[in-house]
Amino acid sequence: MPAVTYLEAIRQGLWEEMERDPAVFCMGEDIGVYGGAFKVTEGLIHHFGPERVIDTPIAEGALVDAAFGAALTGLRPVVEFQFIDFIGCAFNQITNMLAKSHYRWGAPAPIVLRGPCGGGVRGGPFHSQNPEMYFVHTPGMKVVAPGTAYDAKGLIKSAIRDNNPVLFLEHKFLYRRIKEELPADDYVVPLGKARAAREGRDVSVITYAAMLHVALAAAETLAKEGIELEVVDLRTLQPLDREAISNTVKKTNKVIVLHEDTRTAGIAGEITAVINEDAFDWLAAPVVRIASLDTPVPFSPPLEEFFLPKVADVVRAARRLKSY
Amino acid sequence: MPTDVIMPQMGESIFEGTLTKWLKKPGDKVQRDEPLFEISTDKVDAEIPAPASGVLKEIKVAEGATVQVNTVVGVIDAEGAAAAAPAPAKPEAPKAAVVPAPPAPSPQGRQPQPAEAVTRKGNGARPQPAPAPEPARPREAVARQAESVIEFPSAEEGQRVRSSPLVRRIARDHNVDLARVPGTGLGGRITKEDILRFVEQYPAGAPPSAPTGAPAVAAPAPVAVPGDLVPMSTMRKKIAEHMVASKRTSAHVHSIFEIDMTRIVKLRERERADWEKRNGTKLTFMPFFARAVLAGIREWPVVNASVEGESIRYHRNVNLGIAVALDWGLIVPVVKRAEEKNFLGLQRAITELAERARNKKLSPDDVQGGTFTITNPGPYGPLFGTPIINQPQVAILGIGGIFKTPVVKTDPEGNDYFAVAHILHVSLGYDHRVVDGAVADQFLSVVKKKLEQWDEDIG
Repeated sequence: MPAVTYLEAIRQGLWEEMERDPAVFCMGEDIGVYGGAFKVTEGLIHHFGPERVIDTPIAEGALVDAAFGAALTGLRPVVEFQFIDFIGCAFNQITNMLAKSHYRWGAPAPIVLRGPCGGGVRGGPFHSQNPEMYFVHTPGMKVVAPGTAYDAKGLIKSAIRDNNPVLFLEHKFLYRRIKEELPADDYVVPLGKARAAREGRDVSVITYAAMLHVALAAAETLAKEGIELEVVDLRTLQPLDREAISNTVKKTNKVIVLHEDTRTAGIAGEITAVINEDAFDWLAAPVVRIASLDTPVPFSPPLEEFFLPKVADVVRAARRLKSY
Repeated sequence: MPTDVIMPQMGESIFEGTLTKWLKKPGDKVQRDEPLFEISTDKVDAEIPAPASGVLKEIKVAEGATVQVNTVVGVIDAEGAAAAAPAPAKPEAPKAAVVPAPPAPSPQGRQPQPAEAVTRKGNGARPQPAPAPEPARPREAVARQAESVIEFPSAEEGQRVRSSPLVRRIARDHNVDLARVPGTGLGGRITKEDILRFVEQYPAGAPPSAPTGAPAVAAPAPVAVPGDLVPMSTMRKKIAEHMVASKRTSAHVHSIFEIDMTRIVKLRERERADWEKRNGTKLTFMPFFARAVLAGIREWPVVNASVEGESIRYHRNVNLGIAVALDWGLIVPVVKRAEEKNFLGLQRAITELAERARNKKLSPDDVQGGTFTITNPGPYGPLFGTPIINQPQVAILGIGGIFKTPVVKTDPEGNDYFAVAHILHVSLGYDHRVVDGAVADQFLSVVKKKLEQWDEDIG
């Protein structure tokens, strides 16, 4: 079986869920004949028809409103944002309607909001952002951020089957850069469960999405020096897998939280608080945050390089923690 | 800057504690880590060290009040800060000592009260300073993160003991004074490896060359005058609750055995001085009893069990509870994995736990997980007692006094004669739900045989 890209894995997941459940449909800008800006929905319209693969105007607020109405009638919409940066246009609809629907009216809102996030592709300040924390902070939302093709497919399927609004963040840097062979069967990856991407005993790196690969590269470098990195891939940011977090702290006693989102009020702060609450007595060193700088994503390539966390940052922090 | 003094959480399952005694008055100078007040919780009594150096500015919780963990019980002001600051709005400070304790927590109030709420309550009148305008973005926003994350201590700063929560927890569990542990981490920091190595080298807690300071003297129990109605202490209430619950739970039966301790009494008299010099710890009868109980449990494991619903849990390890009488009650610290310890190891563990119990230095871990209990009121002179089982265990061995007694013996030719022997009575309290009389008595026979025919090296 040929290896499948992260992008293709998401496409397969959408395809299989639309085959499985006629209530599932996609809507978004240019997702039909054009197949979406990144071609995640390529071919769907020919197989499922224009009624289930709907092209919409460039109006994200209206798009989410329409999805919400459809969900209330029993459908399961999957909304594509051409770039997740534009989710800000639908912020009110998401935080005040979707996320509160179950609590306020007892009406489930089984909607998946998906789209490409993240930098490293010279996308500049409007096409590179990581807006997860606005929604991690919103009660009622689930937020998913896969870092591998396997997880991308398993999680999009779980997200579609979930009865809550789920923000599904696809890291565009990974779309065509990583690939792996996937099982042929109808597997899902449960929401809210982290995964040990690499086991080690010295220092834990808790991370997700594209930074998973930065952490794994750092682990390779450090292994040559005899420092064993444990890499925990969160996979889901809301709900957080607190148990996995405290388990890895109890094992290595030293933690780096690594994310591509900007530093201040990024999820590293929340994870640090969780560690503080659940595993303080197991800490042998302060929790270290490695994240992007507190600026918009720079357009200039050298500046973007400087802005993003790099393998060398993780290696340096791990060395210092090891000897702490 | 003032530091809040809080009711600490002394273990996972503990939600409240009683502040039994303040060791400082408002206005007193305090050193960081100096004992500041005493508390009593479900599990242990303990002295709580000051979280910072300075002056005890305010007592917010009066002695005798029970408050939830994390409640602010007092405030320490950094030394001199009070004088230097313009002292805004502190008229309540003098009467702070008589501030009534917060209301007792409601039974369902398991959430620790947020410390902040308490602070606000206590200082309701304090005017808030106007917040300084802050720039929207931190000035150092473009500094790369790794450098700004941890301030690693310099070697000079390492003069103070630097460690980590993990290291402090290990030190607490093993009663180690961190000042004695050499640190090899950055700036002399004590690492996990350092403390583990130290604990392995000195299981008793301190290098022999440097004995720890004199133990704190326990506060004398208040003297009750006849006619007084005195509220029970937390510990008293817990003992009362546990004893009645145990009587209600288990079908108590007691078996009494007479044991000739002459051999051990003589062995101990003979070896004691040398042994104590050699091993640096007292030689008591307790490790003899502990070893004998372990031998009995090996043959009759059901005595080291618990009832779980309609099943019997046979414990993998023998965690031996040792009842320690205190001036203010009774506590049963536990020697974990007693079956893995030799005679000397047991003596050390028992002595150390008893000392910590008397100095209020037990951690909640020290009193949990017991699977069998020995109680030794012998020194107080009873012939024997009928002890109550320490739930959820199923048996407890009570040790009576050792008395010189005339006994009938038989010489090799079959002639009976009177002799003077050191006679001990032990009583096994057992739960007839799971332990039958025949098992209990056969267990005691093993104990008796082990003690009467003691042949083990005592180290």
